[in-house]
Amino acid sequence: MTDLLKLSGVHTNIGRYHILQGVNFAVAEGKTTMLLGRNGAGKTTTLRTIMGLWPPSRGQIALAGQRIEQMATPDIAQLGVGYVPESMAVFADLTVKENLILAARDGPLDTARLEWIFGFFPALRKFWLSRAGLLSGGQKQMLSIARAIVEPRKLLLIDEPTKGLAPAIIGSLIECFAEIKRRGATILLVEQNFHVAQMIGDAVLVMDNGMIVHRGEMAALADDTPMQERLLGLSLEAHQ
Amino acid sequence: MTDLAATDALPKPPRDLLPVFLPAILAVAMLPLVGSGSSWVTLTVASLAMGMMIFIMASGLTLVFGLMDVLNFGHGAFIAVGAYVATLVLLPLAGWVQADSLWLNLAVLAPAALAAMAVSGALGLVVERVLILPVYGQHLKQILMTTGGLIVAEQALYALWGPQIIPLPLPTSLRGSFIIGDIAIAKYRLLAMLVGLVVFAGIQLVLARTKIGLLIRAGVENREMVEALGYHIKRLFLGVFMVGSGLAGLGGIMWALYREQVHASMGNDLTVLVFIVVIIGGLGSIGGCFIGALLVAMVANYGGFLVPKLALVSNILLMVAILMWRPRGLYAVTSR
Repeated sequence: MTDLLKLSGVHTNIGRYHILQGVNFAVAEGKTTMLLGRNGAGKTTTLRTIMGLWPPSRGQIALAGQRIEQMATPDIAQLGVGYVPESMAVFADLTVKENLILAARDGPLDTARLEWIFGFFPALRKFWLSRAGLLSGGQKQMLSIARAIVEPRKLLLIDEPTKGLAPAIIGSLIECFAEIKRRGATILLVEQNFHVAQMIGDAVLVMDNGMIVHRGEMAALADDTPMQERLLGLSLEAHQ
Repeated sequence: MTDLAATDALPKPPRDLLPVFLPAILAVAMLPLVGSGSSWVTLTVASLAMGMMIFIMASGLTLVFGLMDVLNFGHGAFIAVGAYVATLVLLPLAGWVQADSLWLNLAVLAPAALAAMAVSGALGLVVERVLILPVYGQHLKQILMTTGGLIVAEQALYALWGPQIIPLPLPTSLRGSFIIGDIAIAKYRLLAMLVGLVVFAGIQLVLARTKIGLLIRAGVENREMVEALGYHIKRLFLGVFMVGSGLAGLGGIMWALYREQVHASMGNDLTVLVFIVVIIGGLGSIGGCFIGALLVAMVANYGGFLVPKLALVSNILLMVAILMWRPRGLYAVTSR
């Protein structure tokens, strides 16, 4: 299995704060890698640094062997990186359709792919011509994810997609991620919900204080309650 | 573009139409105060024409404000440059301007307007690259740089054309008025209204029906996400800046013909006016800018007629009243 994304000694400073302090990890192609950690550990900063939104002050980031740490965000996106931010960032004044038209950078919307997306997010078909600002939180999250997958992408960076959502919607998202994975996409997913993480993750990275403190198989971490407590301050049983 | 029918739609929030009706409400409210019906029509048409010209000048500025959060206090320079460039076409061809033929008049006006837009747009390219690019995200420096740019532009116009006011008479076919009963409607004001409506409709069409328009609307809301989708928003912004500068140039020639004179400080004089319009309308809102321009012009015209002493501060009073009612302007697009 080859590595699609590789971070080597990545440091990121935001103002006078030194957030990422030498992050090293690799994301295997075709796998879903979960990025876990306590609040403030640097997970969101890691995704934003990969995306070029907060460029690193030091270190290297390679996507399919190509160095991207000096590239502008649009150029990184054009290499095939889709990004779903924690805030969802749907364009509230635009309709669902218009949001997806913008996301389809390479041409007109592909009807077959849209039907595939509507299969697990039927609300998007229902509210196709409604303004995105009128959607519920869960529907906005669906739109945000749909925007990232409306065209095939090499790598998806997804930040806390289940945060604040109802269990039924979380179920739809899990189904969506499983389907995306079946199509061979590579996903790096930040998630606070350990139950969700263990259902969709192949590999896991745990961050603390701006560094990776654990890497391994997701299943292994899910089976090791003492390690969960040590790394994340929780146990799966307690979380369930 | 895939065209899927909506099987259902979310309940739409009540449309916020009150600002749309404000100019009409204001106009009707002024009728008993003005007294004479013919004076009221003249003032109203003058307001609409003036409002359209201010809208043309301010529309680019509101998009620049909304899209890239740039405070361009030098916007007035594009207005003045547009007016001066127009004199380069109109004055040498004064014979065509004074000819009693609508077609000859238009044959000289059209290239003058195009030249004004082209030169102001090109100047916009230079200003964005040289003055604004280094100070993105730094409001104080933007104010200093663009204000300095406005001063430099004004002094350059003085140096090139001299300090005197340049008379710019209206083309013969656009002088005078249409008389309907005891109502006189100036021909040029009708043309100004027509051009303003065409510009407004054109901008709305681009924003609503094209991908560039979608990108601009999305960029006003969330620049970062537009970039994360793979679009270079700074290139988009440069395009918007140039078009906005070109429109200011068009507004410049229209304003100069309205006043029948050109002078180097006209851009400086109009800067405050266009800023008031942009703030009243809501940063980044073309619809708000349009209504704001009409309101500013109406208050100036009705106010000047009814209470001349208040004319100098009427726009400020209007802005204060609007902001007390809606602190982010008539139609808030951005969260700023």
